[in-house]
Amino acid sequence: MLFKIAIKNLLGARLRTILNVFVTSFSFFIILLMSGMYDGMLQHAKNVTIDTEIAGGAYWHPNYDPLDPMSFEDSHSLIPNEIQLLVDKKEAFPVLVNQVSIYPGGRIMPAILKGIPPNQDIVKMPSPSLNSYKDGTIPVLIGKGMAQSTKLNVGDSFTIRWLDINRTFDANEGTVVHIMDTENFKIDMGHIWIPLNIAQSMFEMQDQATYVTYKKNSMEIADNIDWVHRDVDFLVKDMEAIIEADKPSVQVMFIILLSLAAMGIFNAQVLSIFRRGREIGTLMALGMTRLRVVALFTLEGGLNAILSAFATLIIFGPVLWYFSISGIPLPIDYTEMGLIMAKRLIPVYSAGLIFSTMILVSIIVLIVSYLPSRKISQMKPTDALRGKAIA
Amino acid sequence: MNIKNSVIKFDNVTKRFPVGGDYFIALKNIDLLLNKGEFTGLVGPSGSGKTTLLNIIGGLDSASDGNVSVLGQSLENTSHNERAKVRRKNMGFIFQSYNLLPVYSVFENVELPLILNKIDSTQRLKKVNQAIEWVGLSDKRDSRPSMLSGGECQRTAIARAIVHQPALVMADEPTANLDAENSHHIMKILSNLNRELSTSFVFATHDEKIMGYLKRIIHLEDGQIKKDQLIKNPKFS
Repeated sequence: MLFKIAIKNLLGARLRTILNVFVTSFSFFIILLMSGMYDGMLQHAKNVTIDTEIAGGAYWHPNYDPLDPMSFEDSHSLIPNEIQLLVDKKEAFPVLVNQVSIYPGGRIMPAILKGIPPNQDIVKMPSPSLNSYKDGTIPVLIGKGMAQSTKLNVGDSFTIRWLDINRTFDANEGTVVHIMDTENFKIDMGHIWIPLNIAQSMFEMQDQATYVTYKKNSMEIADNIDWVHRDVDFLVKDMEAIIEADKPSVQVMFIILLSLAAMGIFNAQVLSIFRRGREIGTLMALGMTRLRVVALFTLEGGLNAILSAFATLIIFGPVLWYFSISGIPLPIDYTEMGLIMAKRLIPVYSAGLIFSTMILVSIIVLIVSYLPSRKISQMKPTDALRGKAIA
Repeated sequence: MNIKNSVIKFDNVTKRFPVGGDYFIALKNIDLLLNKGEFTGLVGPSGSGKTTLLNIIGGLDSASDGNVSVLGQSLENTSHNERAKVRRKNMGFIFQSYNLLPVYSVFENVELPLILNKIDSTQRLKKVNQAIEWVGLSDKRDSRPSMLSGGECQRTAIARAIVHQPALVMADEPTANLDAENSHHIMKILSNLNRELSTSFVFATHDEKIMGYLKRIIHLEDGQIKKDQLIKNPKFS
């Protein structure tokens, strides 16, 4: 019975229903888009890190700690045979890491020097550009962020100074051969990349490496080696930790967004229900119990939410789909802020996100339908019939 | 008066409303007995207690003191739900401002009491068509209240009040918003229904036109019954 009346009320109210449904579906849309953008940002950051840095995982020298540059000095050795086999099969490539000082424009700056085989194709880096320079200086590949902070351009030379195996300082001239436009600030800021063989020769660490990065889906090797196996999950941990640390602010943003949506829905529902005080009085005069009046208006709210879900699909679905294909252009380059973010952010809408948003907004609609109708139903029928204002 | 046939019985009923820190007495020590099939009017000036009395009869409000019995059931200490059930099954209401649901058609407005009483759809269709025919609105059954004149709205409200054939119909100033011609039309319909269905009608009114149809007039003044008048030959009967 209530369902039949609720359907009649919704369909009969036409403009009121359209407005309520539009407000609710717009809230669905905004929450889905914002959450989708955040999820897209995370997904993108992870993908970029894997593509440009992690690939399938890595084997680290046991002393290597990427967060402690002082450890670099002692974190190199010959590559264990099992890992060397992967390198020989072109399923992995070694990287030699050391701390150096550079002098761009006469200024001294600390930098992390990484030697990489120019012909590797396991991570997406323009390392082949390191092959192109043959004037006797060290060919250097840097990122756009590093180029901006050092004011270096392609062709610029600068001094590289390092501590050699005899613990004396050596220096040589490096020339920027390429500036890579990467979204991964971790291979950009404070980094200079040179050919592996030159790095090994500079530090007199022939055939040695600090870590070996292997291809995605590469065969696993036995773990009875000295070097430490680091899988993708471990290697994205620091990035996830950054994201985790950022989560409270995202949650605050989500709550603000949800509150704004709730206020919009509440406003539309409360106005619509309070305007119907006389109607509620009439229903009570005709013999509808208070409980049924509350149930009727809450049910109307629930049906409103269901209609809104369909309306979101029809009205805003194409917009959400368009953004998920073409992305949303971002006006600022966030890599300078230490964030891995695409220039066009592609939102990702997971089933969980869609489902949880629908449930959450529906609960809000039910609550904001229940509260005012409960308040009205508690009025004396005579007051409701007169359309008396509700405090 | 025949107690066996009574539809309404008031025993020493008083109604007080809180006003500021004090009380306003709307009804004072009312004793009243209305029988089945009566066509009664509660008349008196504004503030005399007509609507309050009507609301207490309908269980929309409760007495402060005294006992009220409607259709043999005491309304004293009854819950909202029990009073709602009495209204749903046995009462019909006609309001001055019609109180039709604006988003419903004439048919749907009239159908509502039957839906609330869980009457099956075949019976509903039959009874609603019959009620609409009684009030002469068969050609307007799909119109919304906004498309109807005041007289047509009130006829819809009458059809809604009598569609479930209640024992008692209460009408609060049913002709106050209507012109003379429509007022007479409405009263004729109600008078006919009273005769054909033996439904009891109670009006709250100070409209002289209505009084010509009433078979009993109860004069109220300052919350008290001043005169209870039986009319043997109503002017417009």
